[in-house]
Amino acid sequence: MATRHARTAARIMISPAVLLLLGWMLVPLSMTVYFSFLRYNLLMPGMEEWTGWLNYEFFLTDPAFFDAIGNTLMLVGGVLLITIVGGVLLALLLDQPFWGQGVVRVLVIAPFFVMPTVSALVWKNMFMNPVSGLFAHAAKAVGLAPFDFLAHAPLLSIILIVAWQWLPFATLILLTALQSLDSEQLEAAEMDGANPLNRFVFIMLPHLARAITVVILIQTIFLLSIFAEILVTTNGGPGTASTNLTFLVYAQSLLQFDVGGGSAGGVIAIILANIVAIFLMRMIGKNLET
Amino acid sequence: MGQIVLKQITKSFGTVHVIPCLDLEIDDGEFVVFVGPSGCGKSTLLRLIAGLEDVSSGHIEIDGRDATAVPPAKRGLAMVFQSYALYPHMSVRNNIAFPLRMAGLDKAARSARVEAAAKILNLTDYLDRRPGQLSGGQRQRVAIGRAIVREPAAFLFDEPLSNLDAALRVSMRQEITELHQSLKTTMIYVTHDQVEAMTMADKIVVLNAGRIEQVGTPLALYATPANVFVAGFIGSPRMNLIDGAEAARHGAATLGIRPEHLALSRDDGAWKGVVGLSEHLGSDTFFRVTVDGVGSLTVRQSGEVDVKRGDTVFLTPSAPHLHRFAATGEAMR
Ligand SMILES: Nc1ncnc2c1ncn2[C@@H]1O[C@H](COP(=O)(O)OP(=O)(O)OP(=O)(O)O)[C@@H](O)[C@H]1O
Ligand SMILES: [Mg+2]
Repeated sequence: MATRHARTAARIMISPAVLLLLGWMLVPLSMTVYFSFLRYNLLMPGMEEWTGWLNYEFFLTDPAFFDAIGNTLMLVGGVLLITIVGGVLLALLLDQPFWGQGVVRVLVIAPFFVMPTVSALVWKNMFMNPVSGLFAHAAKAVGLAPFDFLAHAPLLSIILIVAWQWLPFATLILLTALQSLDSEQLEAAEMDGANPLNRFVFIMLPHLARAITVVILIQTIFLLSIFAEILVTTNGGPGTASTNLTFLVYAQSLLQFDVGGGSAGGVIAIILANIVAIFLMRMIGKNLET
Repeated sequence: MGQIVLKQITKSFGTVHVIPCLDLEIDDGEFVVFVGPSGCGKSTLLRLIAGLEDVSSGHIEIDGRDATAVPPAKRGLAMVFQSYALYPHMSVRNNIAFPLRMAGLDKAARSARVEAAAKILNLTDYLDRRPGQLSGGQRQRVAIGRAIVREPAAFLFDEPLSNLDAALRVSMRQEITELHQSLKTTMIYVTHDQVEAMTMADKIVVLNAGRIEQVGTPLALYATPANVFVAGFIGSPRMNLIDGAEAARHGAATLGIRPEHLALSRDDGAWKGVVGLSEHLGSDTFFRVTVDGVGSLTVRQSGEVDVKRGDTVFLTPSAPHLHRFAATGEAMR
């Protein structure tokens, strides 16, 4: 875009897309904001009336709200931790030359192609079920009492399920990054006396920093809105033990039929997501320059 | 100390025998240059000495100790890579200090040695930059600095100047030579540049397809090549190689004569030919002269000579400088 002419042309070219996106975003957003100021219950149609900030007050003072925020952060943080640590280790492993590399790489990526509801149900019924699940059988085989994952550690179970789904993504990105590392750098480090651990810490990890940032950014965006896995496994329970913000908004508007309260929750979720986004952008800006 | 002895080294990658069998002795303090055509195994040999590749069979001795199974870091050798292999996320200071850090030196000792190395290499002003913010020559110096601070028994260079432009190459060449004279450490230097090999080496090792063709001082190789390959490889422009009837007349399978050992005359001489292309360098002029029954020969004349394309000229080889080679390629003396 060197010339003024090219810049003008570029602006004209992208304007339809920008307008479309704006409309796409603005209409639902403004409707949500509008609903959030109404007393709007699906059980009492036609009774909508202006209530001011009351919906927000109720939503923000609801103890479930704080639980949901905590759960959301735990969910995002836990999955990020598992996928990045696991992804780096798996990438290191897959980067080694071994027989059947191609097949193994495809297999590693496979979980990413399974639909969230399906994989969550498979985990729930075939692995974590305290009676017929594989884990229960394994526990019984070694003489332990089966553990009811979804009842006693619901959030952890969901973190595990979601991490399993996202591990391939992280592995893939980190593997490609690892493969782009100049082998002469590693050899130079080897000659400089760096043992394998030092080579990992001083050469590989800094090289992976950018890829890790990208993984964090993309995953955070998707993990903030995890919903299907919770719906089909724990339904947010027991109590609010595995309710995140997305699920709370759903529960508010569709289980309690309170569209106004749900909309207020949605607006709050948008604000929180933007705060997270600002932090992420800062971090990425620092990491992606140079 | 930096005496390196290779005993019956072989190296294969799967079924590809890159180095069939090789013996070589490198004395302490020597500047040894490996030359040879692309793919002849120069880098592989250097990496075997460095320990980055394992030998398939044979022994490597460094300072009299068997180092065949010693890991790279413990061999006390430092390598400068063609791509420099600097650590992009570290400052120049940290790059140079990295081997010291790995060796467990404390911060004060590290920075003293980094400063000293930076001073030798004129890098003092750049210590806090990243490699990405340096020019090619500066990066090269950082890579050398990283090698110097370890005080190695020998330096290994793999075509270190091939990414630089001509002028910079000349000055870096002199810097490396000066470095060798002040440090007096063994240096092994891989290049495919004639001039680098001739000007820098104490000893040139000419490699071809993993075999050593000849080892000797630059001038010895130039004056008495052991075989046709060395004769054709050392010297620029190449030695004229003549075979057929003319060579048989001298009792050899191949006859070699360097361009500067052919006298050019307009009137009479041994071979009569027609001038083709000519290259005028100012100091010298090179002519391609096509001689019937002999072939196309390169002739070097000092300064400007008034001979044009299409002129008929006579060439006379200087008898003491004729090289005769047997059918096996070996020189006949
Ligand atoms: N890892 C490897 N696996 C298989 N063959 C290899 C490997 N490394 C090198 N070779 C082969 O060994 C031969 C020598 O390679 P080497 O890199 O030593 O050549 P070189 O003399 O350094 O050439 P250049 O001047 O082009 O750098 C080449 O034919 C190359 O194809
Ligand atoms: Mg090479």
